[in-house]
Amino acid sequence: MPEAYNAKLRVYRGDASGGTFKDYTVPVEEGMVVLDAIHYIQREVDPDLAVRWNCKAAKCGSCSAEVNGHPSLMCKTRMKGFSPDETITVQPIQSFPIIKDLVTDVSWNYEQNKRIQPFTPKKDTDWIMYQEDIERVQEFRKCIECFLCQNVCHVLRDNDRKDAFSGPRFMIRVASLEMHPLDDADRLEFLHKEGGIGYCNITKCCTEVCPESIHITDNGIIPMKERVVDEYYDPVAKFLKKVFSPKK
Amino acid sequence: MSNYEIKEHDVLVIGAGGAGLRAAIEAAGKGISVGLVCKSLLGKAHTVMAEGGVAASLGTVDSRDGWQTHFRDTMIGGKYLNNYRMAELHAKEAAECVYELEKWGAVFDRTHDGKILQRAFGGHTYKRLCHVGDRTGLEMIRTLQDKGVHSGIDVYMECTISKLLKDGDKVSGAFGYFREDGRYILFRAKAIVLATGGTGRAFEVTSNSWEYTADGQALAYDAGADLIDMEFVQFHPTGMVWPPGVRGILVTEAVRGEGGRLTNKDGERFMWKYLPDALRGDYAADINEANAWVNDTLSGKLKTDYRRPPELSTRDNVARAIYTEVKEGRGSEHGGVYLDISYQPADRVKKKLPSMYHQFKDLADVDITKGPMEVGPTMHYTMGGIRVEADTQMSKVPGLFAAGECSGGMHGANRLGGNSLSDLIVFGRRAGRGAAAYASNISEMPKISDAEIKEAIDELEAPFKREKGHNPYKLQKDMYAITGSCFGIFRVEADLKKGLDMMEELNERIKQVGCGGGKNYNPGWHLARDLRNLSIAAEAIGRSALSRKESRGAHSRLDFPDTDEDQGHENTSVWKDGDKMQLAKTPLPVMPAELKELLKKKEVSHA
Ligand SMILES: Cc1cc2nc3c(=O)[nH]c(=O)nc-3n(C[C@H](O)[C@H](O)[C@H](O)COP(=O)(O)OP(=O)(O)OC[C@H]3O[C@@H](n4cnc5c(N)ncnc54)[C@H](O)[C@@H]3O)c2cc1C
Ligand code: SF4
Ligand code: SF4
Ligand code: FES
Repeated sequence: MPEAYNAKLRVYRGDASGGTFKDYTVPVEEGMVVLDAIHYIQREVDPDLAVRWNCKAAKCGSCSAEVNGHPSLMCKTRMKGFSPDETITVQPIQSFPIIKDLVTDVSWNYEQNKRIQPFTPKKDTDWIMYQEDIERVQEFRKCIECFLCQNVCHVLRDNDRKDAFSGPRFMIRVASLEMHPLDDADRLEFLHKEGGIGYCNITKCCTEVCPESIHITDNGIIPMKERVVDEYYDPVAKFLKKVFSPKK
Repeated sequence: MSNYEIKEHDVLVIGAGGAGLRAAIEAAGKGISVGLVCKSLLGKAHTVMAEGGVAASLGTVDSRDGWQTHFRDTMIGGKYLNNYRMAELHAKEAAECVYELEKWGAVFDRTHDGKILQRAFGGHTYKRLCHVGDRTGLEMIRTLQDKGVHSGIDVYMECTISKLLKDGDKVSGAFGYFREDGRYILFRAKAIVLATGGTGRAFEVTSNSWEYTADGQALAYDAGADLIDMEFVQFHPTGMVWPPGVRGILVTEAVRGEGGRLTNKDGERFMWKYLPDALRGDYAADINEANAWVNDTLSGKLKTDYRRPPELSTRDNVARAIYTEVKEGRGSEHGGVYLDISYQPADRVKKKLPSMYHQFKDLADVDITKGPMEVGPTMHYTMGGIRVEADTQMSKVPGLFAAGECSGGMHGANRLGGNSLSDLIVFGRRAGRGAAAYASNISEMPKISDAEIKEAIDELEAPFKREKGHNPYKLQKDMYAITGSCFGIFRVEADLKKGLDMMEELNERIKQVGCGGGKNYNPGWHLARDLRNLSIAAEAIGRSALSRKESRGAHSRLDFPDTDEDQGHENTSVWKDGDKMQLAKTPLPVMPAELKELLKKKEVSHA
């Protein structure tokens, strides 16, 4: 077992009007994660330090933050991953407006979901679905809405085009519906227009940070981009598709 | 007086887990105005953490299953203390509620012939848990959330209700604050559904999230409702024990459902020693039969004629067994026992238990495909709760409904795994319906009294005025010491009395809780308020446990180790009387003859 030591943390303290980093010293126990260190600070030093968390088991996607610049779930980030003399910097995710300390206003994301046509089952289906036909959909449905992918996507982060692009999280939300074997709706127009799939230039930064290891780009965005291209930029393919094949 | 905004709804649902969302969807479907309030962001409620599955007798895997068997299993698991009517409705309606989720977009794992796959779980005679790997709760909450946001419900996120308001004896509204900036909000409503979940944060070692501060129980108690069966606290047998930072985090029962073996430090499969004699015949006679059961399960056989391994005994029993093994010196290195699934092919383990695989790898550096996990009991579920009328879920207070974990009665003395997620959708739906019907019969919004609002605001602001007040986190820790040592898995009169005395002293200090900082997203302030709710739950648990002088289900008294037939006919109920908690025994509703008949039938488990 490693020697007990005191870790150095720099945690962002502030709100919409501004703020600074504050230094804390936290005794490290074996197996501790960054969220434990934040809780230690709350308990022993600053009870009003704001942080979101629920499950502490990487299942709810509440505790997203940037730890030494890496978009992470704090409950999954082991203190062991840092050397004892390193200063661990913890700051809120950057693509959304800060509320206080480590808490940001992610309500924009909830607005996106409302714009997506929900699951619309085929009429008179017998509800038989085979496991091999739903594997992909189940992969997308693993999403815990941590919004880390939204945080790193340059369209939202650097270019701040929240007006034009729903972001990777909602691309795979659409994918989970479009690839559902019994869904009967068509969301291509949404993807093309409001959803703004064209803004994605496949940098795959989203996939890299996804704590659920969802292949956001390869399995979700790219196949949908292909379909959008077929539908909107290739009238011949579009015509043939309509005549010869069912929608999916 | 501080400002507050005002919103009006026919039905206000407090809590957006499975139960609250289902209730809100149902009520909104009746064409009335529905508000839905939650302390966290939408989709983060406890339900998201549920792993193993939702119990419903679809019979897709074993056609012998039916509601009658599900009913019987639930009653046997609850040691016959369940509200029979709730258990009956639950068993009858769970299947249609699961199919309803599928229609709303849930994608459950499938059988070879394309139907919903079901897995074995402790206490269920047949394979009955519909699941999605080990993230069933996520599937359920996301499905309901997606359905909910398109149902015309107004959602108030990160908004905490601190007080229910009344007009005479009827409920008239709720008061609370937004976590973001501490601004106040008054909800006027004709009917209110509480769906706030459990009480786990009264204990230190728990699988429950910070939200489980017994808010609904305390709100209802303050408003005049009864809390029943609060002595029945489920300690899940398998929580993580190492490293310290993760102590208590759940290891799903699905590990045992998939064939996980429990052993002590001597390598002994100890569960055979702890099977109750009456039920011994339901389990594999020896290791060979247990292995044969696992092999059948592994080969994807739908039905097996072998009996299940002893690890699949009910939770109360497995938890006591593990506790006893550790106490008698046969525990693992860090004070648990071993749970091993690594004898199975690594790929299968990763496919069937992906989140367990990651949880151990990421948090404990253990590869569960290569070696055993260390596990021990963790506080998991609150069987007791707000007493409700079975068909409508209305409490004693007119217009106040409750559903899900915060309500009581359905699970009796012990809940079977998987029966909570089904409880949420069955009774969430019923509560939504009940509340909508009640609200539709009321023409005018009930009156709100200014005095009550002032009281609500004063209570919320008090901690700011006590600059030298007690640190809320320290007080919570002190509570842990009491609940852990006095109200835990094994109980005895002297400890329970001592615990109650200590709670009385702690309550005085909680009245002097203080907090610094401002109202903007201030967790210290939030906890200062939550502590009061936790202390009501802890006191109710202690008092109820002291009053039940027998062992039954999850309630184990060292000084009364046997189950007493007579006490099996009564619920423990507590309610508020001025400043005091009153307690009385109330008779169980009497089961009709045809249901009694069902309980007599004997089926050997082939799950
Ligand atoms: C790790 C884990 C695994 C589990 N696995 C299973 C399983 O496999 N199968 C099974 O059947 N059961 C399982 N359970 C149990 C089951 O998940 C819970 O009992 C169930 O989800 C509770 O749902 P609920 O709707 O009652 O409450 P929750 O889902 O907890 O929702 C409570 C809601 O109330 C809100 N709330 C609370 N207080 C307030 C307040 N004062 N003001 C406003 N809002 C408030 C919260 O924000 C939240 O939205 C598991 C539990 C845990 C902890
Ligand atoms: S791949 Fe597309 S969605 Fe993902 S981060 Fe890059 S631009 Fe954004
Ligand atoms: S897709 Fe992955 S990164 Fe994005 S919100 Fe979902 S879980 Fe998080
Ligand atoms: S607290 Fe749930 S993901 Fe970290």
